[in-house]
Amino acid sequence: MLPLKEKDKPVVQKLLSSGCCARCVLRFCCVLVQSLYRQPGEDESEEGTRTATEQSDDPPKKRMKLDDGLKGSEASAGSGDAEAPPAPALSHCVVCLGVLQEYCSRDHARKVAEAVKTEDYHFETILLSVSLPAQLCVREHSCWLHVKKEMREKVMTRVKDDIVPLKEAFKWSVQGLIATELGGVYLGDEPCSLQLFDFVSILWHYVCSCSDVFLLVHNVEIVSYCPPHGFRHYPTPPGRPTSICTSQAIQCLHTSIYVAGRYNKYSRSLSQTPWIIDGRRMMESSVEELIAEPLASSFRSKGFNFSSSGREDVDVRTLGKGRPFAMEMLNPHRYRFTKMEMKKIQETINTSSDKIAVRDLQIVTRECMGHMKEGEEEKTKSYTALVWTQKPIEKDDIIFLDDIKELTLDQKTPLRVLHRRALAVRQRVIHSMNASFRDPHHFYLRLKTQAGTYIKEFVHGDFGRTKPNLCQLLKMDTDILELDVEVGNCGTSYFQKGNPGKSTGSMTRIVQLGLDFSGDFPRLDVENVIFFFSFQKTRLKQYT
Amino acid sequence: MMWNGENQPPGPSVIERYFTRWYKADVKGQACEDHCILQHSNRLCVLTLAETHPILQDGRTIKNINYKISNGCSRLNNKVAGKSKRGGQFLTEFAPVCRITCTDETEYTIYSCMRGRLLEVNEDILINTSLLLKKPSTDGYIAVILPKFEESKLVGENLLSREDFEAVVSKRAADVQAQPS
Repeated sequence: MLPLKEKDKPVVQKLLSSGCCARCVLRFCCVLVQSLYRQPGEDESEEGTRTATEQSDDPPKKRMKLDDGLKGSEASAGSGDAEAPPAPALSHCVVCLGVLQEYCSRDHARKVAEAVKTEDYHFETILLSVSLPAQLCVREHSCWLHVKKEMREKVMTRVKDDIVPLKEAFKWSVQGLIATELGGVYLGDEPCSLQLFDFVSILWHYVCSCSDVFLLVHNVEIVSYCPPHGFRHYPTPPGRPTSICTSQAIQCLHTSIYVAGRYNKYSRSLSQTPWIIDGRRMMESSVEELIAEPLASSFRSKGFNFSSSGREDVDVRTLGKGRPFAMEMLNPHRYRFTKMEMKKIQETINTSSDKIAVRDLQIVTRECMGHMKEGEEEKTKSYTALVWTQKPIEKDDIIFLDDIKELTLDQKTPLRVLHRRALAVRQRVIHSMNASFRDPHHFYLRLKTQAGTYIKEFVHGDFGRTKPNLCQLLKMDTDILELDVEVGNCGTSYFQKGNPGKSTGSMTRIVQLGLDFSGDFPRLDVENVIFFFSFQKTRLKQYT
Repeated sequence: MMWNGENQPPGPSVIERYFTRWYKADVKGQACEDHCILQHSNRLCVLTLAETHPILQDGRTIKNINYKISNGCSRLNNKVAGKSKRGGQFLTEFAPVCRITCTDETEYTIYSCMRGRLLEVNEDILINTSLLLKKPSTDGYIAVILPKFEESKLVGENLLSREDFEAVVSKRAADVQAQPS
């Protein structure tokens, strides 16, 4: 089926004479056949012409008319000279500024592939994403207005949304080439969207004052909704550019890998996360850093996000099965690990420091990060506290504590955290206690409590702001010397011993290539809006 | 509690672990009406009576504690909201916090002694006045005050450190002894 129809001819002519490249012409004519965009070679407009005609099954008469249209010079039928070079010299396209011209070549694809190879990623899938200057949107809109204007009498069955987006066309053009250069990897099919963070804020500020202009956040579809008279400050068709887009950067980003496990903390002077005040480190190292370091070097990743199911104070040990945690490894260069290799990493962490220990280390899905926080309120915690008593006690004096069940406490926000928490009274339940005598001034108190109970404040009373408290129960001053916590079952099935977890075996790892284009562009005035076209940030998306 | 060496926990108590003691002696020129501010390492302050305060001497008992300091102002109406503790009454150094009347008809006013936002007053001592008498430094505290972030290190500037206060108290005792009886 011939992709270009008879009624497209005037459009094609107009576009070519305005200075559009072949691929942009195909886009405006809503040609969806991807292979047509993939033509190699330098003289793309000629190739495009040739392909369009070669694929034609129609009788020669129609074909000839199409040739005429594409050449844009002769209007007579029957010239049929598809091999002749097109009349306008190859110049920079006024709509895509070269993006669909020079940058769709094999050379450029090679450059991109090189960039990926130097980073030495392991991957199976590529997702191509490209960031383009906002000006191209405006140019395209201008071009569309240009052809729309002339077509007033013709039946225009198409709306602007039917025009093939520039990014789509670009991807259709190059992804095959890139795939070949990288050795035949599978390419994802994610649609991309034009994200211009910097601009949205500027647009919003100025454009709000215009009455009939709508602004859609996240999209420069502002241009689409701008009525034609609002566009009067910009020429239609768009002016010939003096410079073209230049490729700014090629960035690769691997999707994050999620590693989870449980940790024990055996030190009473180790914080969970780095403790830094005014740029000064208060404590050397932290649980997070001790776990992350071996992981980061194995996965070859530069950054991470640590998340755990609850946390404990610096001076509290975490015993028992350990506290569940999950670590998001950002931009890992390596993602495939066998059970044995994960075990080895776990060993490395455990031997690197005697302050912590890790178990059930495994690769998991992104959902785990969310599950971590789930059910935090419903959990039960077990604590062991070493209590000091002001008056000497005997074994029998503390036996009654074992019989106390479901004791409800009213805890005002403890003074030690009141500077950063709201002042409130919290009701928390101590489910059960168990006291073990040690000496006349000490005993061990085991407690099973509701999550969120402040144990230290229960023991020393916090200026009487926790009621009832242990001082009141024992009728003497008490203080807490040591505290250990044992985290109960967290209820998720993700951390089963020995199970490598919901590994993402069937999911492919995706490497994203972000291509950045920029160029020095003229300023554009639309109503009172001033667009400044500085270089774009690459939009890099995260996928599992 | 300060000078009693017996039955102390091995190692620092809660107050010693987390708080710095600041004193103001003879507040508003009234002899021996000493106040003590316990400043936590997180900058929060707890207003308490110093052990030397007359209320705690001579076996006095408390008849009444009143947080209503004027017709328009009651410390009981203090309400704070949110993490930033908006709405708390702002106190300057000589702002009265409460008035205490003892059974022997002596009356005392307790002053803030510092600048900051009032977070809470101790309502337990209204019900159980013996708390104030028996545990003035802990359960019998008067109020919790939050200094402004930039002023938090200045709380102790116009107050006496523990050593300085002890020196003042010793001098008082010496002066009393020196007086002809």
